Amino acid sequence: MSAIILFLTVVAVIVGWWLSQQRLTAKPWLEEGPVGDFPGGDSMTWPAAKVGLGVFLAVASVLFVLFISAYSMRMSVVDWRPLPVPRLLWVNTGVLVLSSAALQWSYVAARRHDTENVMIGLLAGGASAVIFLAGQLLAWQRLGAAGYFVASNPANSFFYLLTAVHGLHLTGGLVALGRTSAKMWRGAEIAEMRLSVELCAIYWHFMLLVWLVLLGLLTGWTDDFVDICRRLLS
Amino acid sequence: MVDIPYEGIEGIPPAEVPDVELYHPRSWWTRYVFSQDAKVIAIQYSLTATAIGLVALVLSWLMRLQLGFPGTFSFIDANQYLQFITMHGMIMVIYLLTALFLGGFGNYLIPLMVGARDMVFPYVNMLSYWVYLLAVLVLASTFFVPGGPTGAGWTLYPPQAILSGTPGQDWGIILMMSSLILFIIGFTMGGLNYVVTVLQARTRGMTLMRLPLTVWGIFTATVMALLAFPALFVASVMLLLDRLLGTSFFMPSLVEMGQLSKYGGGSPLLFQHLFWFFGHPEVYIVALPAFGIVSDLISTHARKNIFGYRMMVWAIVAIGALSFIVWAHHMYVSGMFPQFGYFFATTTLIIAIPTAIKVYNWVLTLWRGDIHLTVPMLFALGFIITFVNGGLTGLFLGNVVVDVPLSDTMFVVAHFHMVMGVAPIMVVLGAIYHWYPKVTGRMLNEAMGKFHFWVTFLGAYLIFFPMHYLGLLGVPRRYFELGDATFIPSSAHSLNAFISVVALTVGFSQMVFLFNLAWSLFKGEASGGNPWRATTLEWQTPETPPGHGNWGKDLPVVYRWAYDYSVPGAAEDFIPQNQPPRARKLIQGAAS
Amino acid sequence: MAVALILLLVAIGSVLFHIYSPWWWTPIATNWAYIDHTINITFWITGFVFVAVIAFMAYCVFRFHHKEGRRADYNPENKRLEWWLSVGTGVGVAAMLAPGLVVWHQFVTVPADATEVEVMGQQWQWSFRLPGKDGRLGTSDVRNIAADNPMGLNHDDAHAQDDVVIENGDLHLQVGKPVKVLLRSVDVLHDFYVPEFRAKMDMVPGMVTYFWMTPIRTGTFDVLCAELCGAAHYQMRAKVIVDEEREYHAWLEQQKTFAELSPAKAIVKATYQSGGK
Ligand code: HEM
Ligand SMILES: [Cu+2]
Ligand SMILES: [Cu+2]
Repeated sequence: MSAIILFLTVVAVIVGWWLSQQRLTAKPWLEEGPVGDFPGGDSMTWPAAKVGLGVFLAVASVLFVLFISAYSMRMSVVDWRPLPVPRLLWVNTGVLVLSSAALQWSYVAARRHDTENVMIGLLAGGASAVIFLAGQLLAWQRLGAAGYFVASNPANSFFYLLTAVHGLHLTGGLVALGRTSAKMWRGAEIAEMRLSVELCAIYWHFMLLVWLVLLGLLTGWTDDFVDICRRLLS
Repeated sequence: MVDIPYEGIEGIPPAEVPDVELYHPRSWWTRYVFSQDAKVIAIQYSLTATAIGLVALVLSWLMRLQLGFPGTFSFIDANQYLQFITMHGMIMVIYLLTALFLGGFGNYLIPLMVGARDMVFPYVNMLSYWVYLLAVLVLASTFFVPGGPTGAGWTLYPPQAILSGTPGQDWGIILMMSSLILFIIGFTMGGLNYVVTVLQARTRGMTLMRLPLTVWGIFTATVMALLAFPALFVASVMLLLDRLLGTSFFMPSLVEMGQLSKYGGGSPLLFQHLFWFFGHPEVYIVALPAFGIVSDLISTHARKNIFGYRMMVWAIVAIGALSFIVWAHHMYVSGMFPQFGYFFATTTLIIAIPTAIKVYNWVLTLWRGDIHLTVPMLFALGFIITFVNGGLTGLFLGNVVVDVPLSDTMFVVAHFHMVMGVAPIMVVLGAIYHWYPKVTGRMLNEAMGKFHFWVTFLGAYLIFFPMHYLGLLGVPRRYFELGDATFIPSSAHSLNAFISVVALTVGFSQMVFLFNLAWSLFKGEASGGNPWRATTLEWQTPETPPGHGNWGKDLPVVYRWAYDYSVPGAAEDFIPQNQPPRARKLIQGAAS
Repeated sequence: MAVALILLLVAIGSVLFHIYSPWWWTPIATNWAYIDHTINITFWITGFVFVAVIAFMAYCVFRFHHKEGRRADYNPENKRLEWWLSVGTGVGVAAMLAPGLVVWHQFVTVPADATEVEVMGQQWQWSFRLPGKDGRLGTSDVRNIAADNPMGLNHDDAHAQDDVVIENGDLHLQVGKPVKVLLRSVDVLHDFYVPEFRAKMDMVPGMVTYFWMTPIRTGTFDVLCAELCGAAHYQMRAKVIVDEEREYHAWLEQQKTFAELSPAKAIVKATYQSGGK
């Protein structure tokens, strides 16, 4: 459970920092009066949807970190046999990077009010995300063909589980992306769409980050990394 | 010193908070069924939670019949008993209390109390309810599937939960976990709303330190729930895979019904860690909203500001944070690494300090108050007693070595019923008596209310206080019947029978309450907009019940904290939060 | 004031119930009286707080309930008071925690001279195993379980041969001798629970857990299962009998060892396919 405790510590620091900006030590009964008199207490100026996404990403991160915690606890049992990571995953990773980049492109274009490039970015991002998902399915199929079934070893089980959870999150993102693209297609004002495009891009970067962490875990790099850290400390 | 006449909400300058575009219902369906109005969603949540809660109540009668009069009721067998405790526990904790406090009270009160027109994501909010309803239906369906609901205990510990020695191993457990997964998805949608609404949609002047404690409690509990429920999600998904696909996340090699099973290597303790990583915060997810609400009930009905508001806020935050590092106090005798005991016992007992401060501040609020013994106030007093009782027995169970003899006995059952069963239910009931006038425009009948209170409070205390002593004696929990064991005197059986009789009485007295709810809807005394003469914003709406969008043309503006009761020099004994000051209050002397 | 009185009666009634209740812990049979002492300390401290808080509350209700013309004080906070209350609570908590942790330390520190005894749980019965003449328990594995080897001992392990295996019998212990009770399960969680011993611990398949104790009086005690283990959880019973040294050895003489129970020639490893039914 150390991974999740570490992560929650980070969350606690952020929340604590935010709370420390909120004048929690003020004596509210002495502060009667109109609004402007007591600064620092009003609602945030960010758009609600952005804050909402931020909170959601925190929740999703907790979910993934808990899976990682479970992974590392289960890994220490003797029956663990790491499975060979299919080469295809590297291709998929590349595709996901492209997808993320395309959405960034789209976001930058949205800031420049460049409708055409926004559309291109969205479509390219969406298409490459679909390709990524197809690639993941293909990887599953190859592993299955090579005899690495879900239940034959916990390492396999985790491989399928983690990729599936990541894939489902990405699929959820595709729904939002689809809606944004559809609205753009129907000719919505770009100023209105800017926020949606930005949120999609943030979500994609997040999914990429999660994927890289999971990949590190599944290929065993993280172990090496933790090992090195440990050696540096001792 | 100046007189501050009550002005209502006229004369408020237009809000500078950008007004949100409201969703407008177009038909009867979108107004009452697929509504995106938080108030309607709140009522949907509350009714659904109450309905499934009644199922759990009936299950508790059946269990008590069996425990009080073993062998008398041939229609209850050992398998069913386990199914009953499992469904009863799971429904009460998650589908009733969590849903009611956050989905019900949260939805109704947050927008009104922070001065918003609605939740920030009304559509997602609506979805949240429908997913919750689906989760409840899936759960309820397990009563009708072959094999019945699961009997694994509400903790669903593997390996037992998914093996054939446990009832409901076919469908029950699968549907139970599916339902939990749905619940968590639905809750996350709602939870995002509650959090972001508090963060983003507070009206002008509503600083965090001017929030009523109800909002603080619900807000913190929601944040905790958002961070804790994923652990249950992970545990459920992995257990589901173990059951369906034969993976071995949690399943070690074992012998099932004389046969070596297909599983191997998994760790049952891993499940327990995940489960309690959710399970302990869950206790506070239920408790913190209750803390918040009861603070407001006490303050309003004692006509006095809550004592130590800042301490109360800090304590809520501290409890919320600390409760993520105490989970393994549920695992002292689980066989985990024994040295963990020191750490978890220490953190657990440390939480007692902020919790105790809250209790002191409640009773200190009563000191030199003007205590109106209304029904909500009575329930608040009942809450304090049961919560103090249950909290103090928590100090037994948290203190690792004391837990060794007591764990898994009726002492534990008595403890958690006091602290997270009876105490929060007291608050729920008090809160319903308190806010019913706002929701319906009518008062609940007071005579019925008082009867309801006394039977419920004294009855619940009589049920669960003596039960601790059965636990001390050594009676284990989750036992269909005690059978003969030399250490159990026959008087223990009489006590069990007594407890059962009281439990049935308390159960039936709830019917008076349900009748009151229905009767008062039509026959109750008209309440007006602010029958309790309270300060918080929800009582200052232009219409009662509040209309769509809550605030008429302009949002309210907040000028003061939520607890200006009996301010020296003011004409009335309360000053609403949105009342502009005429002059500076000259109370500094009294306040230092 | 009726309400105040009833609230006060709840507190007083609880104390009286505590004092006169015929339901109290069973007479202790091991060295863990320390645990009982810690519980007593906790009862004193928490009982005091309980009565104090409720009495104060009842007094407030009595003294300050609404009357015509009463007006509440305006009193947002009192730092000093809150501070003192916190410190007082902290002291109370420490007074419970400190002895608790000390006793926990004893509880998890097994003395070197403790003899090992194994208890194995399975749905829904108990089996016991004592080390033989060599004083060591042999290894075991669920995969070895067979009709003639219910505890899954390892046939190849020399230490296992002289182990005393007790199936469907009672466990005997010698009074005054510390024992380390090793706990093991072959299917689901169980919990070896003897109320008079105070100590208990879950049995987890795939692990060996333990606790230790020294029986201090002779007698026959009920064994219950304290961790839900399926349909017949409540029927999973056995007995532990604490004997004087002589009786204990007399009993031990009559028990069969693993080697005696399993015909020597039948050392054929049961072959199970693992994975897939
Ligand atoms: C008058 C009301 C209630 C009665 C009479 C009652 C009775 C019972 C009984 C007899 C058991 C089984 C004890 C056992 O054999 O182990 C039980 C278990 C339980 N109850 Fe209640 N209960 C009531 C209300 C509540 C409430 C409001 C909650 C909400 C927190 C709750 C939560 C639980 C839980 C979590 C369990 C444990 C289930 C398990 O062992 O898996 N109960 N209750
Ligand atoms: Cu806990
Ligand atoms: Cu059992």
